[in-house]
Amino acid sequence: MSDIKGTDNKSAVPKDDEEKRVGVFVCECGVNIGGVVNTKAVAEYIGTLPGVKVTSVNKFTCSDSGQADIQSKIKEHKLNRVVVAACSPKTHEPTFRACIEEMGLNQYFLEFVNIRDHCSWIHMWEKEKATEKAKDLIRMGVERAKLLEPLQASEVPVTDKALVIGAGVAGMQSALDLADMGFHVYLVEKEPSIGGRMARFDKVFPTNDCSICILGPKMVEVARNKNIHIMSYSEVKAVDGYVGNFNVKIEHKPRYIDVAKCTGCAKCSEVCPVEVPYDFNEGLGTRKAIYVPFPQAVPLRALIDMDNCISCKACSKACESKAINYDMEPSYTDVNVGVIIGAVGFKTYDPEPRHDFGYGLYDNIITAMEFERLLNAAGPTGGHVVRPSDCKEPIRVGFVNCVGSRDKNTNIYCSGVCCMYTIKNAQLLKEKRPETDHTIMYIDIRTPFRGYEESYNRSRNLGVKFLRGRPVEVTEDPVTKNIKVRVEDTLTGEMRNLEFDLMVLATGIVPNEGIGQIQQLLKLSKAADGLLMEAHPKLKPVDTTIDGVFLAGCASGPKDIPYAVSQGSACAGRATIMLKNKKAITEGITAVVNPDVCVGCQVCLSMCPFQAIRMDEQGVKANVVKALCKGCGTCVAACPTGALEQSHFKNKQILAQVKNVFKFEEVAA
Amino acid sequence: MNAEAQTPIGDAWEPNILAFCCNWCSYAGADLAGVSRFQYPPTVKILRVMCSSRVEPAFILKALKDGADGVLVAGCHIGDCHYIDGNKNAEIRINNTKKALGKLGFDKRLRLEWISASEGLRFSEVIRDFTEEIKKLGQNPVKEVKK
Repeated sequence: MSDIKGTDNKSAVPKDDEEKRVGVFVCECGVNIGGVVNTKAVAEYIGTLPGVKVTSVNKFTCSDSGQADIQSKIKEHKLNRVVVAACSPKTHEPTFRACIEEMGLNQYFLEFVNIRDHCSWIHMWEKEKATEKAKDLIRMGVERAKLLEPLQASEVPVTDKALVIGAGVAGMQSALDLADMGFHVYLVEKEPSIGGRMARFDKVFPTNDCSICILGPKMVEVARNKNIHIMSYSEVKAVDGYVGNFNVKIEHKPRYIDVAKCTGCAKCSEVCPVEVPYDFNEGLGTRKAIYVPFPQAVPLRALIDMDNCISCKACSKACESKAINYDMEPSYTDVNVGVIIGAVGFKTYDPEPRHDFGYGLYDNIITAMEFERLLNAAGPTGGHVVRPSDCKEPIRVGFVNCVGSRDKNTNIYCSGVCCMYTIKNAQLLKEKRPETDHTIMYIDIRTPFRGYEESYNRSRNLGVKFLRGRPVEVTEDPVTKNIKVRVEDTLTGEMRNLEFDLMVLATGIVPNEGIGQIQQLLKLSKAADGLLMEAHPKLKPVDTTIDGVFLAGCASGPKDIPYAVSQGSACAGRATIMLKNKKAITEGITAVVNPDVCVGCQVCLSMCPFQAIRMDEQGVKANVVKALCKGCGTCVAACPTGALEQSHFKNKQILAQVKNVFKFEEVAA
Repeated sequence: MNAEAQTPIGDAWEPNILAFCCNWCSYAGADLAGVSRFQYPPTVKILRVMCSSRVEPAFILKALKDGADGVLVAGCHIGDCHYIDGNKNAEIRINNTKKALGKLGFDKRLRLEWISASEGLRFSEVIRDFTEEIKKLGQNPVKEVKK
């Protein structure tokens, strides 16, 4: 606790009896506020309130000139409290806190009133009422401002280690960048191998390079890096602490293999009599109950799928290095890290439950991921695309785009990658077997980034047909098992009846399994679509609202590979700022006990979610450990004697706002 | 000026609602409603607290005593609380307050809602809905007494 110190010693602490001199700065935010709220009328009214020494209206209060106006008025009018009525404190409070601090005022002497997001933008057509509401909101703010007290922000030391959750391409990039900057990284992956989804792709657009050929070396690089501690087949179970000092409990699921002894020779798999659908191949083909995840797996170690093991012990006899241990239990590691990067990835939309476009009803309809594995030389068919009903190579192949995307019945968002991977898949099969005939049924073709449009043109030149429309009826020929599709070509208005040997569904990106658990562990926000929310969609795309926690890759929305890799690097960069500075600044808002009033009833101790309240040495008064207190105020509301107060949200400060919500109060008083 | 002139009864009467919003979810949800321009009636004024569990029954009673027609307390969904389970404490506290208010016939004027940072639309819907409900209940009778 002793290394936590106040940062701001320059601001003098004014005496309580000092006259409160409030300056109110009303922002027009261009026309965002000014176009709805009559800011002049507002300023005029606010100017009449007791204690308000000056009001000012600015086109953009956050601009240089706007801030200069605040600073000059602080000087000119000897202001000691500042009210800014503008946008949201969630985005702009730090700006104005710094602005008044430069003038020697304590940063907590700022009161921020939201008259944009909570007023002008949502009452766009009720200008008069919006103006009246803005007056009320600012009056509340002025009364609160007069009661604000100085606080000191705290500096906390930052442990110079990082945790990366998810070892897909985004997470691996974060881990590599951080490790190369000299920080120790724990890389936790729930699957038995790192690599993520990209390891399962055949080739990747727009350049059609072999996915595992470019990913494999990166996986090996991660494994070789001395600063990266890979924890595969492991999951984060508990997260405690705060920015700079997260304590994380990681569970290592039992592989039933001693990874130190296993050589990855796979002799155990050869003798195993149990065959189950091979998850890595999207359930196509089989694997054994004891298996190495895939040939390029990192770590290249076997594991036993205990749900399917029949305990015949054949593998144990075959294993020369005696690595098999049937009695292995889950084990746990506790790590202390300064920052956490969540790169929890995605899964593809599953068309089975809804039988989208006949998937699951007819044999010869497969998903793009299944197609991807069929194309792959290491896949179940050695790279031959065959149709499931008779294992014959198809000639006529249909592709349906936007399955599980851009559909109000599934997900309304565009997954962003399906147009491109469908174009790529058609290209690859066309190149392999020029006699094949491909039709892509789409809503819109979206090819926004470098090389994408060129790839689209290449497909057209190869003879891939593009048909704008969605199948309205999909049936199966009972004899040939061919797929018959009725689809409207919306460019010509013509109804078309098509027949395919094989149909491929371009399934979209959906939130990964376990994303909800990670969200709750890290205290993040989840959007309505189930994906995690970033701190700001444009300006803080990899930050979250939780200090020290960052997001990379598809956890926060569909992304292609270059985008995910960039985010991985971006997270590493953002995290390095904290790791390298070795300190982070935390809010000065905490609970405070007034020992004269505390009766030692200990109600607060049971309320505190962070165990931040302890009894003093004599055991008669409650005591708040500031470094642990996060300033929620739960204990304050529970204190029966009023001995506890939450700084910056004291009872008198909140009640001052409550009293001023309604003009009725003035009348009644 | 008298109270009646400010809050005329009849079709034009619009309720006055005070909303306590937690900093992490509901306040951000209200921000998102704004950014998304989801229009809702100008009946509500938002008071930011760090957690819904900071809201004391005394604040609610004070607001109702001063003439608020409705009080909304909004926090993160259960399980999503920034402070682990502050919202569970809020739930107990608000439900108890509701019970006590029930004896005075004021319980419908208090509402507890979970609104996440991504639920801008839901925020606007809650305000619309609560406004309609309060309209049906009519003005806070305290105003009549005070007059």
